[in-house]
Amino acid sequence: MGVPARSVYLDHAATTAVHPKVVEAMLPYFSEKYGNPSSLYGLGREARKAIDESREKVAEILGARRDEVIFTGCGTESDNLAIRGVAFANKSRGNHIITSSVEHHAVSHTMAQLNKYFGYEVTYLPVDRYGVVNPDDLARAITDRTVLITIIYANNEVGTIEPIAEMSKIARARRIPFHTDAVQAAGSLDINVDHLGVDLLSLSAHKFYGPKGVGVLYARKGSAFLPMQTGGSQERNRRAGTENVPYIVGLATALTLAYGHLEDNNRRISQLRDRLIDGVLKIPYSQLTGHPTQRLPNSASFTFQFIEGESILLNLDLLGISASSGSACTSASLEPSHVLVAMGIPVEIAHSSLRLTLGRENTQEDVDYVLGVLPGIIEKLRAMSPLYNTRLAQA
Amino acid sequence: MYSALVMEHFQNPRNVGVIPDPDGVGKEGNPVCGDIMEIMIKVKDERIDDIKFRTFGCGAAIATSSMVTELVKGKTLDEAMAISRVTVAEALGGLPPVKMHCSNLAADALHKAIEDYRRRHNGGSAGS
Repeated sequence: MGVPARSVYLDHAATTAVHPKVVEAMLPYFSEKYGNPSSLYGLGREARKAIDESREKVAEILGARRDEVIFTGCGTESDNLAIRGVAFANKSRGNHIITSSVEHHAVSHTMAQLNKYFGYEVTYLPVDRYGVVNPDDLARAITDRTVLITIIYANNEVGTIEPIAEMSKIARARRIPFHTDAVQAAGSLDINVDHLGVDLLSLSAHKFYGPKGVGVLYARKGSAFLPMQTGGSQERNRRAGTENVPYIVGLATALTLAYGHLEDNNRRISQLRDRLIDGVLKIPYSQLTGHPTQRLPNSASFTFQFIEGESILLNLDLLGISASSGSACTSASLEPSHVLVAMGIPVEIAHSSLRLTLGRENTQEDVDYVLGVLPGIIEKLRAMSPLYNTRLAQA
Repeated sequence: MYSALVMEHFQNPRNVGVIPDPDGVGKEGNPVCGDIMEIMIKVKDERIDDIKFRTFGCGAAIATSSMVTELVKGKTLDEAMAISRVTVAEALGGLPPVKMHCSNLAADALHKAIEDYRRRHNGGSAGS
């Protein structure tokens, strides 16, 4: 195998490169300012100050109080903590949770466990063909036993943005805590918790050029909440364990950078995305998945009938392009993406999905490189596919 | 994840296509699982004279299809029937465990093609 002509990373929904300014901000907290924030001497106070300042920055972007910001180990932990923390704290009020059928596994697998081992009833709201939840369905699903509603803000696979503010209004009227998994949204969409009207919100640093291994759970003051990790009194007793100071500093720095030039960045990225979408859709039997306009500025996702997603990814990789797919072959479960299936995409077509997610280092040349090589890859695989040839014979 | 040999077959698959007038056709898998393999054979003196495949599927599906055609071309039908999924996987330097069952259907498709040939030719028509 030769070395590809170009290296193009188009999987920013999976993770991002840590921004150099973020690395710079983190570095002193490894070996120089390494104190435990709980210690009273200078080194400890220095670390405490770094966490306080980080919390302040995060709270400002969320439009939240500082004591509503909980630092966690990742987005998955934030989701788990929000769901179990609220469900268990409200156990005496009921055992019903409402979610959507297009959640990240951090939410959907947590639901499955609560259902199987803890007796919770879970309602999975359907979505339309673009992956959007209908708020009327939410209103109808609420019962007197409902203790939590959790709906993803922007979908990680197809980029569709859910009407969170509309749904949180319904929840609030019934006094039911509302959580949103904003892991994919944070860094490009408005995450002001009052604009969204949410009681809990999860985010993860590595999706917006911060480090892996650190996240945030926002929990509105007054929400009943049972910690899942017990021990010291860190994070106001809601998440015990010595704070990961350099990573928390990294998260706050990355979030500040992301929201510093939000509109300019989004405009640039969404122009690239539209160029990518327009170009890809020229390929016959290709389809955009997710909402045509209500989608993340960096997210383009497609299906290509008659071929399989992993084969597309392997071919792209050979040409230096990093992408992802909801194909069964790219997951350990051997099931195609539950998101695409929930959107009504036939299973055999869901196998052919491709997700391209842009980021800050991508250029128009990157997009044009992909547009230059993708049609050939699709054609090569289709030429090999018995499904495509049958289709042509019928035509 | 894949061996160099799997990737080599994936990139340059052997014997892709169709035989216009095949002596036997075998198909395995279904689109819902994400893998379909179709094998066509031409038989001469109880040997596989020509073989072609078409596959809808992942890297392993394409590589195993390519490998199985290479393994049996020129072999007798009995020798070809003895080729198993394991033979194919081993010839490719191994497959990821998760791919052993779902995407390693090429030997099964080959066996079906041979059975198809035998069915047609035991029915009284002249052997080729």
